[in-house]
Amino acid sequence: MSTRYRSASGGRIDRGRPVRFTFDGRPYIGCAGDTLASALIANGVWLTGRSFKYHRPRGVLSAGSDEPNALVAVRRDEARCTPNLRATQVELYDGLAAVSQNRYPSLAFDLGVANNLMARFIPAGFYYKTFMWPAKAWDRLYEPAIRRAAGLGDAPTAADPDHYANRFAHCEVLVIGAGPAGLAAAMAAAKGGERVILVDEQVEVGGSLLDEPADGGTTIDEISARDWISQSLARLAAYPRVTVITRATAFGYFAHNMIGVIERLTDHLAAPPAGAPRERLWQIRARDVVLATGAIERPLVFPDNDRPGVVLAGAARTYLNRYGALPGKRVVVATGCDSAYAAALDLHHAGVKIAAIADVRRVPAGPLIEAARRAGLPIRFGCMITGTTGRLRVTGARFLVITEDGRAGLGETVACDAVLMSGGYTPSVHLFSQSRGKLAWDPDLQTYLPGVSAENERSAGACAGRFDLAGVLRDGEAAGSASIGVEPSRTFSVHAMAANPRGVLGALTHDRGPRAKAFVDWQNDVTTNDLKLAVREGFQSIEHVKRYTTTGMATDQGKTSNLNALAVVASALGRPIPQVGLTTFRMPYTPVTFGVLAGLARGDLFEPVRTTPIHGWAVAHGAVFEDVGQWKRARYFPRGGEDMDAAVRRECLAVRAAAGIFDATTLGKIEVVGPDAAEFMNRMYINAWTKLGVGQCRYGVLCRDDGFVMDDGVVGRIAADRFHVTTTTGGAARVLSMMEDYLQTEWPDLDVWLTSTTEQWAVIAVQGPKAREILAGLVDGVDLSREALPHMSLTHGVVAGVPARLFRVSFTGELGFEINVPADRGAQVWEAVWAAGQAHGLTAYGTETMHVLRAEKGFIIVGQETDGTATPDDVGLGWAIGKTKRDFVGKRSLARPAMSDPARKQLVGLATVDPARILEEGAQIVAEPGGTTPLTVIGHVTSAYFSANWDRSIALAMVSGGRARMGETLYSPSSTGDVPVQVVSPVFYDQAGEGVHG
Amino acid sequence: MAELSPALETARLILRGRPAELDAAEVALGFALPREACRSAGVSGRHALWLGPDEWLLLAPAAVADALTAMLEAATAQAPHALVDVSQRQIGLTLSGSDVEETLAAGCPLDLDLKAFPVGMCTRTVLAKAEIVLWRTDEATFHIEVWRSFSAYVRGILEVAGATVS
Amino acid sequence: MLLIACPYCGPRPELEFSHGGEAHIARPEAPADVGADDWGAYLYLRANARGLHAERWRHTHGCARFFNALRDTTTDKFLATYECGQPRPHLGEPS
Repeated sequence: MSTRYRSASGGRIDRGRPVRFTFDGRPYIGCAGDTLASALIANGVWLTGRSFKYHRPRGVLSAGSDEPNALVAVRRDEARCTPNLRATQVELYDGLAAVSQNRYPSLAFDLGVANNLMARFIPAGFYYKTFMWPAKAWDRLYEPAIRRAAGLGDAPTAADPDHYANRFAHCEVLVIGAGPAGLAAAMAAAKGGERVILVDEQVEVGGSLLDEPADGGTTIDEISARDWISQSLARLAAYPRVTVITRATAFGYFAHNMIGVIERLTDHLAAPPAGAPRERLWQIRARDVVLATGAIERPLVFPDNDRPGVVLAGAARTYLNRYGALPGKRVVVATGCDSAYAAALDLHHAGVKIAAIADVRRVPAGPLIEAARRAGLPIRFGCMITGTTGRLRVTGARFLVITEDGRAGLGETVACDAVLMSGGYTPSVHLFSQSRGKLAWDPDLQTYLPGVSAENERSAGACAGRFDLAGVLRDGEAAGSASIGVEPSRTFSVHAMAANPRGVLGALTHDRGPRAKAFVDWQNDVTTNDLKLAVREGFQSIEHVKRYTTTGMATDQGKTSNLNALAVVASALGRPIPQVGLTTFRMPYTPVTFGVLAGLARGDLFEPVRTTPIHGWAVAHGAVFEDVGQWKRARYFPRGGEDMDAAVRRECLAVRAAAGIFDATTLGKIEVVGPDAAEFMNRMYINAWTKLGVGQCRYGVLCRDDGFVMDDGVVGRIAADRFHVTTTTGGAARVLSMMEDYLQTEWPDLDVWLTSTTEQWAVIAVQGPKAREILAGLVDGVDLSREALPHMSLTHGVVAGVPARLFRVSFTGELGFEINVPADRGAQVWEAVWAAGQAHGLTAYGTETMHVLRAEKGFIIVGQETDGTATPDDVGLGWAIGKTKRDFVGKRSLARPAMSDPARKQLVGLATVDPARILEEGAQIVAEPGGTTPLTVIGHVTSAYFSANWDRSIALAMVSGGRARMGETLYSPSSTGDVPVQVVSPVFYDQAGEGVHG
Repeated sequence: MAELSPALETARLILRGRPAELDAAEVALGFALPREACRSAGVSGRHALWLGPDEWLLLAPAAVADALTAMLEAATAQAPHALVDVSQRQIGLTLSGSDVEETLAAGCPLDLDLKAFPVGMCTRTVLAKAEIVLWRTDEATFHIEVWRSFSAYVRGILEVAGATVS
Repeated sequence: MLLIACPYCGPRPELEFSHGGEAHIARPEAPADVGADDWGAYLYLRANARGLHAERWRHTHGCARFFNALRDTTTDKFLATYECGQPRPHLGEPS
């Protein structure tokens, strides 16, 4: 392939290093240093995509991150296929495979183009006006069709195999944008000796200076712009605390000077090193921020301004001077500002024929215009561009000269292969606006500029409306100096052609009739007609017009379109622009991959996976685990192909017949210590603690101050001033925080302190009639007899050679012990108990069996029987309340009449009439069968299991006035009909409670 | 790449109480408890890390654990306080190397620059989704304390962080 | 991510903190003597201020202390942070 549109020399590409790539499967050759866009332009390829709504052919419009048109997918393999990349930012590498988007079956022949012919039937707000009925058609017809047609690009189907890095960074001064203002600011700030970070989204620093011709007239401090960039970089490199990061887009400005930056690390490499992170998310906290984000060139709004080959003038200059790519051989320049003349002059010097310069202004003047005139370029003043010809590429431009008295002259068409346009530059205030700074309308420049800052932030250079190079550099020096609290000291000697910074806004006058499509927003296919229609239909606020027409939405967030849209709407409303308002500049500035936001949080590191010291044993013994918060808990231990039901049945029977061993390590533990420990416990828990002797345990219930149960657990008194408090597994952190809250803020006078000991102890529960026999041979100096260590007591001793806190407690209704040993000895003690228990039929059981066994005893699980609206009495725990206590958390609320309403839901047992039928947890309870909706619901099932010990299904439920309904038959509606149940005591097993005292 | 290694077996005690009433503990410890926020103090292998205005983490060689506990309890018998053994609650890790700050910065949002986080500074903080105690023991070395069930996660984060740091 | 000045530890990232609701809602000394309406107000009525707001934070993953802060809910600017038990400072408000 020849690269017919490559200039003879110049540019920052490496002409000695050809790079092969494909676009839509066709092979091309570019140069090292090219972007995909510049390489395609050098190859004469302008058709790069189809538009979103009308499927109109589109080409490259810009040369940077503002590109709305040339969106491509770059594909490395099945999993590495990134859609919606701007071809203007995709760096070329050998073997790059890019494909266009939003076309079927091919780019040049696209069926969706029918939408263009149908344009008059799909106006703004089309989606809101159509598809209204029939409602049923939504699911089957409208939505699938819209979903197929909507959206840009296709997401990859395989999991993302890449790594992403994360970095929290801190600096005194963060400079965003490394153009002339940013470089000057960074050099000024660096003098402070503090940390300065300079980020830029491009491959190399320099910003607009990179667009200067190598031998151009622009000099700074008597050296060329390019040499000045190199010199600046060298200066910055001499400061050890300055960091320059390129390929790094500041995508979001967050509260308190936290800036999100995405650094692209490997996407530009032909063969990324294995394991190297693809991107890095920087979360930079800066004391001061300098925004030097530059400006974005505005298109002119005229009919057919979207044809491939119509390109922003500044972008064309970038392609020529930076990449050596020629936008055409015979070009027309349409402009409303001075800067386009620089492009025309540079192209002219590169040998490109300038067919015409159409300047909408009547009497512009200035050195650039003068230079163009001297170069003999054909300039027409007061000349509107009113259209383009061609199909997949522009072949001509139509002009209309407006005479001095405002009359339209005759139209004319000039042949060309590219149209360069410029309406001037819009300061890039996105980040400033995200920082919650207030924008101010500048009537002179006809644009919004940074007004009052909300953070320690300064805008410098073009983003602050400063466009002359000397002023831009001064601005940067001033902002950088101010960031470190010093006066600016450096001066710059600049030789550059001055350009009037004013441009034009809104739609140009044309004679093409009401149907002509003059595009305002390329990416969303919004034309002037759509905006005017929205105004005619009554939309007044720009925020509403945006939502109705979609102008300024999607991945480019209206970078090229916002101000023109605002001007068109203002004109249609007959109001000045500042009165129409401004839409929000949303993050991200350019699209961000999900992968980099996920960062390290993927795979095994998605969440902490917490395991107990006994986890390894459980794995080795085939446990099936369940997630309980971040913990992995053994759910059951299947043997020989058992399913869960069979395993749980066996485990349940074994615990009641012999003994079971259970890992209770995850229970929360808090050591409450200090002279006021008992007083503190009295105030926190509903129970009375004063009389609990050392060595005794009590089941404690914790309410919130609204009187509802929050947590529960066994509490042991280790010493007069020391309690060993246990909490639920999930409640551990919550309970500790609540206790600290009351202690620190309500009762700071109490001498008591809390320490989490959840992970200090491994907890091995041995439960069942054989538990004592099993432990007898393992303990040293401990009397396990029922007299010495009765139910709900504790002692210190040695178990299997390890010092232990030994609790005589039971969550099963059987004789039970919970052995607390230091965590690193947990596995050793577990093994010893396991070995000793083999002769006694000791069976390992998991959380599922634990749940069934406690349900057989009617023991609640907080969060299962309770839902944050259950009082202690509701769940049958009224007995636990210390009646004589003056106060405890929740007491006042429990005294409210509604809290003792007999119709409150109360904990009951349910026995299904069909003993094999297991209810569904969460199922409703009704009093009458066969009801019609809406049913009068009187309760719900909270727990339901098959009880092997009772050989029938059991359930716990919260039923309105439940305790007065014993013996009643109620119903649980289900998909197979109403299931009759009998209300019974929640204690299914050992109602006398003798088992625990064995 | 920063090197991650397990710290030696250590006795750990949480000492809580009103600072004004803990002079007796200092006699037993042999050095003054750090009263300045986020600072550590210590002599001969015994260290006290300020975790909060009424909370210190005491670290000592495992061999002296019982003796230290007994001495502290005896010395502070008259002062309201709480002394709780947490030797097994958490484990220690040492992260060392020239890029130790950058490695930690993959998951820790604190400013780890020597000026902001000098040698001797210690604090609870977060590393990705886990809570840790971070203690700078020299310019290029941090001691990390992490609850044991989070230790595999913290190791994993630090390993990935180290591999993606440059 | 907010930068919050813990009164004990200094400026620290929001990731280390938990929000604790409105500040200066003191639990009545003797709840049993509090009427239903006042108790209900203590439990549930909150200012939900637009603008200056006194709120509680806990430096959960730091010194673990609760403290109070004066924050402008419209700008996220903190005007002051102070220890529990101290009165609400009067800053940036008409006196």
